Amino acid sequence: MCWCVTVNWFLQRPLKHLLRPGDVLVLLAGFAGWLALSISLWQSGPAAQAQVRRDGILVAAYALNEDRTVSIDGALGATVIRIESGRARVVSDPGPRQYCVKQGWLTRPGEMALCAPNHVSLSLTGGQPAYESMAY
Amino acid sequence: MRQLTLTPDDHRIARLTAAAIAIALVESAVPSPLPGVKPGLANIITLLVLLRYDWVTAAWVTILRVFAVSLLVGQFLAPGFVLSLGGAIASLLVLYLALPLVRHLPAWFGPITLSLLAALAHMLTQLLIVRLWLVPSPGVWVLAPVFIGAALLFGTLNGLIVAWLRVPDAVQP
Repeated sequence: MCWCVTVNWFLQRPLKHLLRPGDVLVLLAGFAGWLALSISLWQSGPAAQAQVRRDGILVAAYALNEDRTVSIDGALGATVIRIESGRARVVSDPGPRQYCVKQGWLTRPGEMALCAPNHVSLSLTGGQPAYESMAY
Repeated sequence: MRQLTLTPDDHRIARLTAAAIAIALVESAVPSPLPGVKPGLANIITLLVLLRYDWVTAAWVTILRVFAVSLLVGQFLAPGFVLSLGGAIASLLVLYLALPLVRHLPAWFGPITLSLLAALAHMLTQLLIVRLWLVPSPGVWVLAPVFIGAALLFGTLNGLIVAWLRVPDAVQP
């Protein structure tokens, strides 16, 4: 109430003439959509899968709950990727600057290591595991 | 000798475009915390023209403004220009669809509806262009809430300014 009076004083015109009922509906709809979008995009569960791409094309995907080391052939040579205890990293890469190796462990969904010279990228995605709990 | 005849419409479009260019230029000099987030005050002119004259005039004023400002700022045909033009075209299309709402139900829908819808269309189109062309990675969507939040905020503010500027015509004391 008080806030509205202040705004009205500032605008020198009643706010209700400026903001019509339909405007409020559109504003609320937009705000609701924005809220839903923020929640769905920023709510990140644990990472579930490591995806390996060559030239942007998915060539392999590994579940993060199994430890393994894989080697991916890129433009320059082999990029070695290690998956261990729910995380993944690039262990070695033939690229000259080694950015993707220095990046270290990727732990959250959406994180990505880009070995651009070798045309290989490693990224983590979320996604639900097949089951959340086991009942006996 | 071929004569180019200027109609009063041409003069009006030129005058209004000049006003929009001036506002957009001043705004382009103001630093922004995040590239792509800016108030878009020049769209106040677009909305005023749309409500006072018609959609065609508003479209001329907006598209001419985008071209002129990109030439003046020196990014004609650069990615920033493509983003501006794409956003402008999308918001003009949305305004075309939303205008009957304001014309036929003026007690319900006002400039704020138009401004909000146009701002959202502008932002979504730009995000789509960035996603498809400039940064082809799903990571772009992580920033989407920030950009869409800014579109909501500035869309409402610009709409309020337009409504405020138009009050003397609409409401008799």
